[in-house]
Amino acid sequence: MEWITVISIWFIPVLIAFVLMYGTYKQVPTYETFVEGAKEGFGMAISIIPYLVGMLVAISVFRASGAMDFIIELMKPALQAIGVPSEIVPLAMIRPISGTGALGMTSDLIATYGPDSFIGRLASTMQGSTDTTFYVLTVYFGAVGIKKMGDALKVGLLADIVGIIASILIVTYVFGV
Amino acid sequence: MINKIWVAMLVIGIAFGAVNGRMEEVNEAIFAGAKDAVTICLGLISILVFWLGLMRIAQEGGLLKVLAKLMRPIATRIFPEVPANHPAMGYILSNMTANLFGLGNAATPMGIKAMQQLKELNGGRDSASRSMITLLAINTASITLIPTTVISIRMSYGSVSPTEIVGTTLVATTCSTIGAILIDRYFYFRRVRKGRV
Repeated sequence: MEWITVISIWFIPVLIAFVLMYGTYKQVPTYETFVEGAKEGFGMAISIIPYLVGMLVAISVFRASGAMDFIIELMKPALQAIGVPSEIVPLAMIRPISGTGALGMTSDLIATYGPDSFIGRLASTMQGSTDTTFYVLTVYFGAVGIKKMGDALKVGLLADIVGIIASILIVTYVFGV
Repeated sequence: MINKIWVAMLVIGIAFGAVNGRMEEVNEAIFAGAKDAVTICLGLISILVFWLGLMRIAQEGGLLKVLAKLMRPIATRIFPEVPANHPAMGYILSNMTANLFGLGNAATPMGIKAMQQLKELNGGRDSASRSMITLLAINTASITLIPTTVISIRMSYGSVSPTEIVGTTLVATTCSTIGAILIDRYFYFRRVRKGRV
């Protein structure tokens, strides 16, 4: 499986070279065009700040106060009843809310149970299979100034549940408990 | 809905802090959270500046159109409201491709660019259109071929086979992406039934 690591290292440099060569072939004034496009990036990053500050303050207060732990404890019996291992419940609940929180928890689970244990494999799969819904929502809509999000949050969170259930089923099926 | 969730997280958090005697932690968390957000955005500057520059070359050279043409049969089904040769389609597809290879860094600028185009298509309104919700749903499920970060964590903890979770991740991520598209459809038709479109 070495090739996967190789691909992920080579992909970006090769992609950049390809885009530049293709642009040159099509007689695009590459450097000027790059600068023109790049100018937008700064304003975009800055315009996300208010949205992300609002969201991350709320999330970090919710976690630091113990409210998050309380809800996790509350949900544990119900989730265990439908087959979610109790060790994985905190990760499953935090995955859609906080990217750094989930990454920390995944590392922790892998360190505690070992990367090749059932819990380690399940945590790895869960971490890799979905993105942080709150973050994606805030950044994508924040950057272009969308204030009314419609059903976006509901759809995102329900899809996360699908991903979590799928992770548990497939890891159990492939590796066994 | 986002307003209620936001207020609920803060108020419940503060109330819990009061009851649990964790007011000091809550205090710290407020400013730590704000600082984290700004740090993330500052980190985004370099990524957005570089990739948007590169993407502009791809766009001017016509690469995005080629990509959009190749993927047209699938893309027009997922995004029926976006005209097939609209620039938004090229960005949507580059966003999905970048996600597929686990290039979160590259996926974000392209996704934002796609959102910008979709907003224009929607007459510049500040409410999310159907296509915007679909794009967001696909991104939160984020179909991933190579979960690079997880592989490197597994490596650092001495896994015998760090990449053995690639297959299971692919199945799980495919399920959640298909789930996202179907759930998004369901909510769209529910909005149509309620006459809110």
